[in-house]
Amino acid sequence: MSSVEIENVHKIFGTTHVIRDVSIDVPDGSFVVLVGPSGCGKSTLLRMIAGLEEISAGEIKIGARVINEVQPKHRNIAMVFQNYALYPHMTVAENMGFSLRLARHSKDEIATKVRDAAQILGLSNYLERFPRELSGGQRQRVAMGRAIVRDPEVFLFDEPLSNLDAKLRVQMRAELKEIHGRLKTTTIYVTHDQIEAMTMADKIVVMRDGVVEQLGDPLTLYDRPVNMFVAGFIGSPSINFVGGRIARTDGAAKFLSHSGVRWQVDPRVAEVAGGTPVTYGIRPEHFALATDGESGTLPAVVVTVEPTGAETHVVADIGEDRITAVLRERVSARPGEKIHLRPDPAQAHLFESESTLRIQPSGEAH
Amino acid sequence: MNPIIAGLVTIVVGVGGCVGYFYLSNLLLDKVIFPARGENISRNINRANAVRPWLFMFPAIFALGLYLVYPVIGSFWRSLYNRAGNEFIGFGNYQALFTSGDFQVAFFNNLLWVLVVPAASTFLGLVIAQLTDRLSWGNIAKSLIFMPMAISFVGASLIWKFVYANDPDIGLINAIRDFFGLGVIDPMLVPFWNNFFLMVILIWIQTGFAMVILSAALRGIPEETVEAAIIDGANPFQIFFRIKVPQIMGTIVVVWTTITILVLKVFDIVYTMTGGEFDTEILPSFMMDYMFRDDGIATAVAFVIMIVVLPVMIWNIVQARRELR
Repeated sequence: MSSVEIENVHKIFGTTHVIRDVSIDVPDGSFVVLVGPSGCGKSTLLRMIAGLEEISAGEIKIGARVINEVQPKHRNIAMVFQNYALYPHMTVAENMGFSLRLARHSKDEIATKVRDAAQILGLSNYLERFPRELSGGQRQRVAMGRAIVRDPEVFLFDEPLSNLDAKLRVQMRAELKEIHGRLKTTTIYVTHDQIEAMTMADKIVVMRDGVVEQLGDPLTLYDRPVNMFVAGFIGSPSINFVGGRIARTDGAAKFLSHSGVRWQVDPRVAEVAGGTPVTYGIRPEHFALATDGESGTLPAVVVTVEPTGAETHVVADIGEDRITAVLRERVSARPGEKIHLRPDPAQAHLFESESTLRIQPSGEAH
Repeated sequence: MNPIIAGLVTIVVGVGGCVGYFYLSNLLLDKVIFPARGENISRNINRANAVRPWLFMFPAIFALGLYLVYPVIGSFWRSLYNRAGNEFIGFGNYQALFTSGDFQVAFFNNLLWVLVVPAASTFLGLVIAQLTDRLSWGNIAKSLIFMPMAISFVGASLIWKFVYANDPDIGLINAIRDFFGLGVIDPMLVPFWNNFFLMVILIWIQTGFAMVILSAALRGIPEETVEAAIIDGANPFQIFFRIKVPQIMGTIVVVWTTITILVLKVFDIVYTMTGGEFDTEILPSFMMDYMFRDDGIATAVAFVIMIVVLPVMIWNIVQARRELR
């Protein structure tokens, strides 16, 4: 086990600058998730750690060793690919033992290690099968087994669950996390699925266009996104954004949307915001159903109602802004009806519209 | 009649005849034989649908039967008679064949061809496909290597006649020998090895074929399995022989068997280069030699060739079908 340090790393393909000055610190034994939309450079970064892509500039260290010029096989890493990348002509046991065979381990040792890994992954009965005879979930486990038998310093996962169906994905997510808890091997995991990132990571790295937008533990990213991109990327259904500005009426600062609706804001934020155009961001679950006349409520016209059983997703128009609210209670309103929603101003964020940066309330710890 | 007009008429009559056959026979089936009306309507529709495939396949079955199945049986029957075709001699031709020294030489030589040519062509094709894959000028190299495919066997033989010419001013082999101060030889006269000099011609032609097919197969290998192997610690040789080659084994077999079948058919090279002299005879050229000579042995040779090709061909077809799936 080892830490991984990525220091000021760049990747340039011809004329495109894919990774720009990325620095990430992955502590020993931690589970770090790189997340971002496709094309953000997260997979490229992972492949650079693996040694499948060259590092154009900067340094990557595994433990104390700079591995820029080290061959993949000497980096002591194992990688799990999106399409599993199993060798179709080898059995499960041969797939898992291939790296050990190349490293000239003894037959007994290989057999023992393969058996142990198969035990962990529940593959003991499938060792003599070929990949084509396995289900998607089993193939995924074999790919993980291939990584586990090597007992590497670092696990690299490249969207390992995205080829599985939704139910299996949730199950494998839990299994993966459990295996990490057991093996405690440093893990770097790439995904475009923010839920995977939120549920599995010790630390999330949100990337966009080859730049790290924010780096932190899942709940920090959720509660205090640095900008509109991170706020919009983390959380499902995603955060609502309403454009407008801060206006002061009778001494109290309020957020005035372009369509003229006044939203309550945390005075600590309003005080910092000033007169520039700002965007009001509020997550769907921070709306509550209210009755007319209560203070701080806003009238909303229902567009659609989606009951999910546990909660109700309501899409509604407040002024001219379309928002999504996730409500605990069951809502019987029909499209076109008027309801009243109360946003929780303490949970809302304000972003500078131009820079998209979040305005930090005075007194908030960094 | 003007040949162009004659050709056009033939095409129109041929294509029109085909269209007419399918259209009219179908019409006949649906309207007259099993009409989709009356009291037996559903029975008639079912029967018409059961008959239709056979109706449409009939021309192909008939043509294949006439031009493939009948000749096989006919040849076999013919091989049991003497040259004039008026005296039944049982397996006399075969007996004469297997006891003939020339046939044994041809059979042995053909065995060498079957062992060497497909192996060499496939191996070279595979290696070239892999080596040219990542080169910027790889496609030019591939085109050059593929080009001999477009040359007829006789043409290729004539080219190689120059290479093998027993004159240092013309022949490449003798020019090289001359450079090292060695005497002039005629490669076609070197016993045993002259067979291999002839095989080189077919290998030269067939390597391009193997290369093109295997190159496509190599590109079909998922890149991720190669990357996984790199991370597993495989060196380029191990990646090639233990990851890539096993994954395209099916295609290799198809290429190999296809060339094997070809080897058992090619007579032109031997015919052009040596005429079967100097112990270079192989079965197809041996057959050609007897075509216009005594005994009617040629049909027997043809049949022996067919028996030898058959298992290879079945394997080839089975593999090709598996690849398609």
